[in-house]
Amino acid sequence: MYDVRMMTRRSVLQTGLAGLAAAYGLSGCGSDDEPAGNGSDGAAAKPSGTVSFGSNYSDELPKKALQAALDGYAKSSGVEVDLNTVDHNTFQEQINNYLQGSPDDVFAWFAGYRMQFFAERGLATEISDVWEEIGGQYSEAFKTASTGLDGKQYFVPFYYYPWAVFYRKSVFEKNGYEPAANFDEFKALAQQMESDGLTPLAFADKDGWPAFGTFDYLNMRTNGYDFHVSLMRGDESWESAQVKTVFENWRELLPYHQQGALGRIWQDAAQGLVDKEAGMMVMGLFVGNQFSDKDREDLDFFPFPEINPEHGQDAVEAPIDGFMLSQDPENEDAAKDLLTYLGGAEAQSVYLNVDPNNIAASTEADTSSYTPIQQKANELITGAAQISQFLDRDTRPDFASTVMIPAIQKFLREPDDVDGLVKSIEQQKKAIFA
Amino acid sequence: MATDLAAAPRTSGRRPRRRVGRLTTADRVAVTLMVGVPLAVVLAFIWFPTLASIVLSFSSWDGIGGIDTIEWIGTTNYEQIVTIYPPFWPAFRHNLIWLAFLALVPTTFGLLLAYLLDKQIRGSRVYQSIFFLPVVISLAVVGFIWQLVYAPEQGLVNNVLGTTEQGNLINWLGNPDINLWAVLVAAAWRHAGYIMILYLAGLKSVDPALREAAAIDGASEWYAFRTIVFPALKPINIVVLVVTVIEALRAFDIVYVINRGRNGLELLSVLVTDNIIGEASRIGYGSALAVILLVISIVPIVVFVANAFKEES
Amino acid sequence: MSIAVDRPAVRARTRRRRPLRHVRVHVFLALAALLWLVPVVWTFYTSLRPYEDTAERGYVSLPGSIGFENYTTAFTQGDLPRFFLNSLIITLPAVFVTLFFAACVAFVVSRLSFRFNVALLIVFMAANLLPQQVVLTPLYRMYLQIPLPEFLSESGQMYDSYLGLIVINVAFQVGFCTFVLSNYMKTIPTTLNDAARVDGASVVRQFFGIILPLCRPALAALATLEFTWIYNDFLWAIVLVQSGDKRPITSALAQLQGLYFTDYNLVAAGAMLAALPTLIVFALLQRQFISGLTLGASKG
Repeated sequence: MYDVRMMTRRSVLQTGLAGLAAAYGLSGCGSDDEPAGNGSDGAAAKPSGTVSFGSNYSDELPKKALQAALDGYAKSSGVEVDLNTVDHNTFQEQINNYLQGSPDDVFAWFAGYRMQFFAERGLATEISDVWEEIGGQYSEAFKTASTGLDGKQYFVPFYYYPWAVFYRKSVFEKNGYEPAANFDEFKALAQQMESDGLTPLAFADKDGWPAFGTFDYLNMRTNGYDFHVSLMRGDESWESAQVKTVFENWRELLPYHQQGALGRIWQDAAQGLVDKEAGMMVMGLFVGNQFSDKDREDLDFFPFPEINPEHGQDAVEAPIDGFMLSQDPENEDAAKDLLTYLGGAEAQSVYLNVDPNNIAASTEADTSSYTPIQQKANELITGAAQISQFLDRDTRPDFASTVMIPAIQKFLREPDDVDGLVKSIEQQKKAIFA
Repeated sequence: MATDLAAAPRTSGRRPRRRVGRLTTADRVAVTLMVGVPLAVVLAFIWFPTLASIVLSFSSWDGIGGIDTIEWIGTTNYEQIVTIYPPFWPAFRHNLIWLAFLALVPTTFGLLLAYLLDKQIRGSRVYQSIFFLPVVISLAVVGFIWQLVYAPEQGLVNNVLGTTEQGNLINWLGNPDINLWAVLVAAAWRHAGYIMILYLAGLKSVDPALREAAAIDGASEWYAFRTIVFPALKPINIVVLVVTVIEALRAFDIVYVINRGRNGLELLSVLVTDNIIGEASRIGYGSALAVILLVISIVPIVVFVANAFKEES
Repeated sequence: MSIAVDRPAVRARTRRRRPLRHVRVHVFLALAALLWLVPVVWTFYTSLRPYEDTAERGYVSLPGSIGFENYTTAFTQGDLPRFFLNSLIITLPAVFVTLFFAACVAFVVSRLSFRFNVALLIVFMAANLLPQQVVLTPLYRMYLQIPLPEFLSESGQMYDSYLGLIVINVAFQVGFCTFVLSNYMKTIPTTLNDAARVDGASVVRQFFGIILPLCRPALAALATLEFTWIYNDFLWAIVLVQSGDKRPITSALAQLQGLYFTDYNLVAAGAMLAALPTLIVFALLQRQFISGLTLGASKG
């Protein structure tokens, strides 16, 4: 049912490079990719009016950055954007009501099954014509990520970011730490940090989703990307030995996680990293939001360590954030114009100038102004053999929120009862995926 | 309209008989509207949705798409809730604990406060205001206030106790073994004031002559309370009991504001909203949970209504 | 209120005992009251401290500086005036309509005898006691379907409109008020009605001219209560309103917390501001408030 998986091919490496090549080739060719602010090719009338825009960019930095991108749009177009910002978590929780009620014309959302789910139910308008404009800037993998189950595009990518193990360079230098390449080294490193008085792994899971990053990586490193995707689809049993091994591996790491995670939000845990009280954190690149500009230069990461040599460090978790068009927009033309702009390199560059904790989705974006960490992140993703989107975007939303969030939280409280846990997950999975 | 002139001034509380048929047409229209419009509103927006919830609980529906996409699955939802839905029994337990706690602790404390304040000591108005203050604050705001008090590293309690370090951190709201109790303290903080007021009113209606008689006989205060005052409070006791039960079943705001009702703070009301307004959208499942909540609530509702109308019929 | 009995022995005993007893009572009450105030005082204190101050010295410390900056920030950046306005737009009409409906029904039920009086009251009162989650989904669906003209609702539907919130609050609160008012009206002597009727006054005239004015104390009491309850509502606001800018203040606070997560000081200021109207109403109208509650209770 949901077999078209974005970013899931082994060949993303090839298609990614091919896409890059094509993009460079195109940009050499001429004026196809003028700043998307001018949207349509001049022959059609310039769109005007107001477009309503539902955004969940509620944290301070992303909010400012988005506003900057929209200001850039306002300068070059005749369209007024009515921005409606809702708190990040609330926006996602209310998405069902929102899309069925009176949604804004354009709204922020994520690629992956989560997008296809809503597209399939008719809650979004297809925007293949926007993709005709911007398609040249994206690799096949991105296009697939933006495509619904019916083969049409519904999603415009904006930026993406990898998940990895983040740390402060100064802390590593001071204590003589080295990034860990495999699981044993990882545990040894954590042990060392503990004896040096640091919290080895800053950790928070009050909101339920941050721990998914750790789970996804443990699963992909232990069992491989294909198994992970299959498990997310509901095609594997949670009671299988492979899944149990994942939890057992996690259990070995748990003593090094920050205590009291279930009462802490990720921003507070990241603060521990900022304050040099914690050594590492498994998080997305957006952890940089918590750092001041100066401190951010000290931020670095290493890919999640290998566990099973068969799978190495092939897979990278790199969710894509972007925008969609709601089902019955009031100002469709202007909305599509806005989407074209947002899908273009200029908008993304403007955004990243203010919020550098992500990587532009467009291959034409100017990476020369990237900070070292952005460059490293870019390399990590483009070099990845497989890319996953994140647990709550790769599987059914009801499974992710009503089953997985409580299940992982239960595991964090009672890491010893793995058998009971996976049995419960499997039962509920069968009920939901049925 | 012919009046029953024989119905001379009656004592309050007794309704005279009127022959409805004697109303003018204009009057009849007026009466119909006066009752009809509010009735229509209540029926349409409360009773009809309640029935609809009951019906939907036998379905599997993701809420998107029209009514024709509903799948009828009989009692499957209920079976699943009771057998394989991990938060259900904890939520059920928590609601029971909530009820027991509210009934035992803040209710008796409220009674004690009312009794003490009833003595008309100096400053009782001030005390009354202070204890009643939490009642007027929204439960959501109560949740915020107590989050500040309970915050792990920066909250009042931990800093006063000195338990803010990694080793000895007491995670009041994050530790599922204690967070329910921490939240119950907040709920009790609010509930006690409410009960206090109810009992204050009730105590005023206890015939002072009874108390005098007890004192004359040399009874101790506790004895007088136990044998005379408390039994005289019976009508209020019923109200207090029903109010407590309803509040326990309704508990939602505080828990939702703190952590969306997870990890030790599961409650039936939050489970319903999780399945209905979250991204999950399992309408049938959520409706089944709502019906379970409804069934449990019917008991105190019936008690209250029956009690309220005992004097009528 | 102690016993005024003419028995010297008793009097002597009570006199000697009273001061002692009252001292203990005072001490107990004073301690309890202080404890009771701690959370609110703590929130207020935190709200007065600038973020840098607490970041530096921790929250449990003497302040380096004190000021109302958090309040001004919350007010301006948190866009609080708009949310307050929303709360007012929803609460005031809801209170008015609730009381009006309740008075109408109470009047009919208490003055005119229908067979269905008791049944009617049950329908209303039980509705008041139902858990709100029970009606959630069907209500939401209904609201999506009911169209409203533009001037009543920007969204064109009952969903995400002020009217929608007003209606559901009215529906839930009307039962309690009806019950209280009907009990209260029964204490109004029927002779007043009778006289009016003999003079040929219509039902409407009796209602507006005689009964309603006499119910003023009860109406005032209920108005205070209902204002507080409807203002404090949380669930309907988060479910039935989706536009961030139409939310009333109590649910907007959640947004504030999401947007300013680690700045507890700011959230504290927001919480204090949100509670302010009810606190003011409470301070000014405490007597009405309490009598409203007890009217409903002691007749039960």
